[in-house]
Amino acid sequence: MTQTNAHSPIPPGRLREFWHGFAANRGALIGGAVILCLVLLAVFAPLVAPHDPIHQYRDSFLTPPAWMEGGKSVFLLGTDAVGRDILSRLIHGARYSLYVGLLVVTIALACGVAVGMVAGYVGGWVDTAIMRVMDVILAFPSLLLALVLVAILGPGLTNAMIAIALVLQPHFARLTRAAVLTEKGKDYVTALRVAGASPLRLMFVTILPNCMPPLVVQATLSFSTAILDAAALGFLGMGAQPPAPEWGTMLADSREFILRAWWVVTFPGLAILITVLAINLIGDGLRDTLDPKMRKG
Amino acid sequence: MIRFLLRKLAVIVPVLIGITIVSFGFVRILPGDPVMLMAGERGLTPERHAEMMAQFGFDRPLPVQYLDFVASALGGDLGQSLVSKKPVLAEFLTLFPATVELGLCAVLLATLIGVPLGVLAAVKRGSWFDQLSMGIALTGYSMPIFWWGLLLVILFSGTLGWTPVSGRIALQYYFPDATGFMLYDAAVSGQKGAFVSALRHLILPSIVLATIPMAVLARQSRSAMLEVLGEDYVRTARSRGLSPWRVICLHAFRNALIPIVTTLGLQIGGILTGAILTETIFSWPGIGKWMVDSIARRDYPVVQGGLLLIAGIVMAVNLLVDVLYALINPRIRHK
Repeated sequence: MTQTNAHSPIPPGRLREFWHGFAANRGALIGGAVILCLVLLAVFAPLVAPHDPIHQYRDSFLTPPAWMEGGKSVFLLGTDAVGRDILSRLIHGARYSLYVGLLVVTIALACGVAVGMVAGYVGGWVDTAIMRVMDVILAFPSLLLALVLVAILGPGLTNAMIAIALVLQPHFARLTRAAVLTEKGKDYVTALRVAGASPLRLMFVTILPNCMPPLVVQATLSFSTAILDAAALGFLGMGAQPPAPEWGTMLADSREFILRAWWVVTFPGLAILITVLAINLIGDGLRDTLDPKMRKG
Repeated sequence: MIRFLLRKLAVIVPVLIGITIVSFGFVRILPGDPVMLMAGERGLTPERHAEMMAQFGFDRPLPVQYLDFVASALGGDLGQSLVSKKPVLAEFLTLFPATVELGLCAVLLATLIGVPLGVLAAVKRGSWFDQLSMGIALTGYSMPIFWWGLLLVILFSGTLGWTPVSGRIALQYYFPDATGFMLYDAAVSGQKGAFVSALRHLILPSIVLATIPMAVLARQSRSAMLEVLGEDYVRTARSRGLSPWRVICLHAFRNALIPIVTTLGLQIGGILTGAILTETIFSWPGIGKWMVDSIARRDYPVVQGGLLLIAGIVMAVNLLVDVLYALINPRIRHK
């Protein structure tokens, strides 16, 4: 290490140092590669998918995958009960899952950080009130709360996302508050306050960047939770509505055929598992790199 | 300890009030009119509608309705189901043992597999066993359990025919509910084969519900164990020539237990979330399926009472864990 430093004119930047640690984690790299593939598939879905995801081929109900007896080479992973190509639906479904993950995490992160920042910075009764509200949200099992919220807002993917974001944001609020409480007494914050920085500037420009590592890890974990919860809501009929090729909804549609046609059940679930696993691998890698204290070993 | 309990209570009381507001409020903003729902497809004349609104108290101001709800709830009255016409609390108490039975089996399974897996992985850190078991744990942690349940049904019920697809016991067995815990009731019923039938019905749902807690426990046990194995007293014990397993079991594991037990306690919310999906897949007549069905049927009193009871249980268990933790670890209660 000393040698490299002696040779390179510039010391390694924070980003490079981070990448160095992250790249050493094989699992995280594999997860990253999988997600990259999924993002590409999602972006270019109409070009990559062999068929229209909602087109019903009336002569091919429940066609088995191509390699099985009775399978057709045009339907690589077979068709579902109304003759739609499963592979095309899975490829288009990647759009839904990544979209759900991204949007839910953005909403939960933005709300959670704002709320947690105010609670931690202002303190006193504001802090107590905010944290008790978060405790109330956390007292309900997350999926149950999301289910009831969707029942109020009406079934659909957008409402499911709002519900999941609301259920996930207390985690961000708690993390932000805890980080702010440790940071706000430090000298650099006091110095800027004395220099006349406004509270908003202190909160979001001075303190926030120093609270980021745990938030980034939590955001990754929430990404996978959001995908799982959205699929679960779809499975319970409260998420994306048919004929949308959302993976959880596909599973719900295929439930009655599970003993006759294993492929209609197996592939959508496998897609969910692979996506969530890849994100969790990245999450583990990020945690090990960003937060050595939370390192698992 | 008393000061610790008082501090906990100061947090819990406002949260409990919050829970009652949420449970009450949710139902009031659900779309649809409860009275029209009760009338069903027959419909109602406007006069009868107003009469029924008054009868159920829906025409009074919301704060009055809320206070009334809290007062009744404190007296154990959570209203009546619009569908079954039975008291909500009675329905809950009938179904709750089924969820507890399933949850306990899942926790038992998760602990018996997850903890040894994590401890062994820590002891054999870096080995193929460590990598394999942590790979399995991460996969379990990422598992969409509703899909996992369906896969197990395809394999064990469909292909192999080893386990039943749904329910708690085969239809030919009938005996009165003594405790609501099917395994126990079947065992004391004296009917031949009843216990085995109940057990076979319990296996797949328990595995499905145990998957995520098992993964969490395995990962947590490994990291707790790794932390302890690096401590001075473990090194001292080793340097005194004690056998490796004696050091691991007596010195290290006992100290790693505290975070493991805490993790176990924190799984209760997750178990209830998992129960919603598991019970739906296996048609298990517990409170998870009851809530899902009631939400779909817009059975307001059940949703309201169920939310309140479930959140109350989660809070009570968390409090219990906190208190146990403080009893084991004095540093917590003096913080």
